[in-house]
Amino acid sequence: MNSKTFIKSYCHIKNNAVSLNGTLLYHGEKEEFFSDFIKSAYKNLDTNYAKFFKMDNLSKLAFLGADVLLKHENVQPEKQENIALVFSNNASSLDTDRKYQESIEDKESFYPSPAVFVYTLPNICMGEISIKHKLYSENSFFIFEDFNPEYLHAYSSGLMEENKAEKVLCGWVNIDKEDYTAFLYLVTKEEGSISHTIKEINSRF
Amino acid sequence: MSRIYLSHNNIISSYGFNSSSAVEKIKNEISSLKLVEEENLMPKPFYSSMVDKRDLVEEFKSLKTKKEFTALEQMMILSLSKVIVASNSVITNRSGLIVSTTKGNIDALELDSPFKEEKAYLSELGKAIKNFFGFSMEPLVLSNACVSGVLATSVAKRLINQDLFDDVFIVSGDLVTKFILSGFNSFQAMSTEPCKPFSKSRTGINIGEVIASILVTKASANLAEEAVEILGDGTANDANHISGPSRTGEGLVRSVNSALKEADILPSDIDYISAHGTATIFNDEMEAIAFNRLKMSKIPLNSLKGYFGHTLGASGLLETIVGMHSVHQNMLFASLGFDEIGVSKPLNIIKKATKKNLNIFLKTASGFGGCNTAAIFKKV
Repeated sequence: MNSKTFIKSYCHIKNNAVSLNGTLLYHGEKEEFFSDFIKSAYKNLDTNYAKFFKMDNLSKLAFLGADVLLKHENVQPEKQENIALVFSNNASSLDTDRKYQESIEDKESFYPSPAVFVYTLPNICMGEISIKHKLYSENSFFIFEDFNPEYLHAYSSGLMEENKAEKVLCGWVNIDKEDYTAFLYLVTKEEGSISHTIKEINSRF
Repeated sequence: MSRIYLSHNNIISSYGFNSSSAVEKIKNEISSLKLVEEENLMPKPFYSSMVDKRDLVEEFKSLKTKKEFTALEQMMILSLSKVIVASNSVITNRSGLIVSTTKGNIDALELDSPFKEEKAYLSELGKAIKNFFGFSMEPLVLSNACVSGVLATSVAKRLINQDLFDDVFIVSGDLVTKFILSGFNSFQAMSTEPCKPFSKSRTGINIGEVIASILVTKASANLAEEAVEILGDGTANDANHISGPSRTGEGLVRSVNSALKEADILPSDIDYISAHGTATIFNDEMEAIAFNRLKMSKIPLNSLKGYFGHTLGASGLLETIVGMHSVHQNMLFASLGFDEIGVSKPLNIIKKATKKNLNIFLKTASGFGGCNTAAIFKKV
């Protein structure tokens, strides 16, 4: 059952820059806050999806990375491709958890908002991507202390071998205060130059 | 790929500190939900099921550790230790650990928490459990909303099939916290009475607290008597809405079909369905539509939320474990809180505990983010 798989494309969002397959697509100001950077990246990359603005920071980060990569791969919603999502990070949804906790901390200013609460789960960002790209596919969100290519490799290989997915969009989307990183890569059976191995994943992280 | 089994298990709940204490009460249709008046958790009284923390302190003493742990960590360690003892397991570099939780130690964010904010990181929770038992591989923390507990069994299966492990221990759970209660209340999803899944008079969910643990293994020797084999599983997104269930049940239908295909069985081969059944208007309706599309409306079905409430990251595994005991005892357990059908499509809701030969059951769950997971289990 060792049918070979390959990394077709990969995308990074870090240090206020967006790149695809190692090529810079957009860079913002060096000292810019994440919230400003991601908005200007959205505009510059012709994302064109109004729901983006109601998302929390983790979803914006994951959504933009996935959008850049899936558009490049010409993934069309009407085709309903079977692309699984296997995401991971360290801080789960803590960025929004802290914001929500502030809204309920004391009795005098107790304003829990459902629009904030819904984003206090890390897998919501995969829901946002699934809605936009019409992915009715497998999704799972793992939390690790650090990037863990062994688990991502094993799990996405398993999904493909068991015919649960044609392709897997895999990676790391983390935001913790002003510290953020997105690294997403698409695993396919289509013959390519980058083998889907732990070493190749790690060298691109 | 080898056969993979769900074996020794434990449930820590307000019924007691083992699976059988919960199963006995369920068999006798006794709920653990009761009215809780704790203003520091919620301004008004609410129905819930919580583990007695004084009993927990006493039980935890048996582990003779001097290290300090949060209440959630204590419950998870205690639960897992009971599974390790019952299965006579030795933790090696071929043993994996999955922690299934939605919010972990989220109460560490509270200003008056005795614990540091770092405790709120889910990887810290995983690390505390890993270190206690001496697992050598990093734990895999799964946080995929309310499907986490069932999905954890799929993940365990996949990692064993990929030859990373021979055995995987899953521990699952979430606390009843101000964070969770205020959030579901802001969605106006909370019921002011014990929940009534699939009933006409249902008014929403109760949040409950349970820790559930299980050993997933490819070894067919030394299985628990209630062990089951995983025949198939599937997860699918609704691709529709991040908080509202799909109106067509699309993701749930797809996840069940994926599990059926892998199991290579027909819907008519399923003897019993352990549904999600949160008792919100939209969730239960979505499930009824999905099970009708799947031609499963005549299969006996229950929701166990009337016994424990919705236990979030534990619910899927908790309900799988109760399902294992149900098929082992050849007894369908009542869907507590059900009176009159309150969904637009027919379902065969189990009204009272009934003896029946049972072999194969389906467990489903659905959650925020549009995720749905199904798994099919067969008696060994």
